[in-house]
Amino acid sequence: MLNPYKIREDFPILKREINDHPLIYFDSAATTQKPKQVIAAIKEFYENCNANVHRAVHTLSQESSELYEDAHEEVAKFINADSMEEIIFLRGTTEAINLVAYAWGLHNLEGGDEVLVTLMEHHSNIVPWEMLSKTNGFQVKYVEVNDDGTLNYESFENAISHKTKIVCLTHVSNVTGFINDVKNVAKTAHEHEALVLVDGAQSVPHFPVDVKDLDVDFFGFSGHKMLAPTGIGALYGKREVLEEMEPFHGGGSMIKEVTFDTMTKRCSSSLNDLPWKFEAGTPNISGGVGLMAAVRYLKDIGMNNVKVHEENLTEHATRRMQECDKVKIYGLKDASLKCGIIPFGVEGLSSHDVALFLDSYGIMVRSGFHCAQPLHEKLKLKASARVSFYIYNTPEEIDRFVEVLREIEQL
Amino acid sequence: MSNVEDYVARIEETCGEEKHFIVIFKYDSKNEAIVKILKKAKVEKSMSRIAFELTFRKVSFRLYGTGKAIFRNLKDKKALQKILADLLL
Repeated sequence: MLNPYKIREDFPILKREINDHPLIYFDSAATTQKPKQVIAAIKEFYENCNANVHRAVHTLSQESSELYEDAHEEVAKFINADSMEEIIFLRGTTEAINLVAYAWGLHNLEGGDEVLVTLMEHHSNIVPWEMLSKTNGFQVKYVEVNDDGTLNYESFENAISHKTKIVCLTHVSNVTGFINDVKNVAKTAHEHEALVLVDGAQSVPHFPVDVKDLDVDFFGFSGHKMLAPTGIGALYGKREVLEEMEPFHGGGSMIKEVTFDTMTKRCSSSLNDLPWKFEAGTPNISGGVGLMAAVRYLKDIGMNNVKVHEENLTEHATRRMQECDKVKIYGLKDASLKCGIIPFGVEGLSSHDVALFLDSYGIMVRSGFHCAQPLHEKLKLKASARVSFYIYNTPEEIDRFVEVLREIEQL
Repeated sequence: MSNVEDYVARIEETCGEEKHFIVIFKYDSKNEAIVKILKKAKVEKSMSRIAFELTFRKVSFRLYGTGKAIFRNLKDKKALQKILADLLL
């Protein structure tokens, strides 16, 4: 069992007061708070090991390189990838999707091809494909969403065809928290010889993820949504797919050698091995160290315990919020099918007013479109307020939140 | 203080709904800003002093005791700057 009261002791920021009220942080889907173990790992790195990685023989660089490679290994094990060669470190999920779009899509998509994207995607899994379609001439087709915010699998079955080259979908909606059946989608996609790219930003932090069991080709996620610092994330790719791909960025580290041909007066280069072929330039080494510490912290708690805790909080919050007369929860309400996220509105108030009122009581929630405007339009919502929970949240915080919602209703 | 910037820390344009602007006043001058605004704008409703529903020259907005305000349906940021200047200076 996960003990949130004990866990809270590891998070210095949770001792803060905001507007003379104890901080209640319900915005973990945007970014999570950081435990002192992660902060300490980064501090320790800069105080004792800091040096650039790879291609140096001095001791500090060796230590730094080992740490950075260990971080790849730790992440690979965390999501059950075959090896660290399948784990590319980058800034986060957005960059992971852009890497797939430009290192794979740019060279493999052309007129007549189709890319399937769902209507519940974060803008980061829509915009890169629409941008690339303008240069490569392929069509982006959208899979429908049901009225309760769940994915319409019938629409997916109808949309996929021999023209489909890649299916891009989120594992968990960042608006509704609904968990998609990625394994089933991947099976159907592969039957049509299409690749599958999964946005795992809202899944990896919240429940066990096994990329081999899901049998997806690409899987991206962000460190900052799972206790690690901002600016570090990972892209998993199947080795055979990554090996066939062109690099994303050019520069140091991603090549083995660059030679100058005196006859042609041109330079040519040979590409480095995986995963370095996709990590040009000096990487975010301290971010990688922080991500490793975050993964170890979550492994110690146990991802199944994280899942159960969030499910309990979501069930409790859904029930308590429904006691309020003017509060409406949007989308699916079954906590067992969701992942710690509840979008809602308060009658007579804009989502931003709801967030500002709650802020007055020290409660941090997000408001607006949450970078998922097409889903809001599909659900006929002008915007939504959103609470999202994590390992450090408690039922008592939810009770206080509902108490404040009731006060807001009376204003 | 003689500039809007002396009072305003940040302005956020909202996503969703109609175009709203959220103004975040500087921590050190927020109380002075609130007093000035309450003197000039018409208080339509006071909500337990947590927030005030206000109008000023046909523009409706809500001012929070935390030093934040949400201005609704303004044409653009220039219009907001004009309103803020009239309210604060």
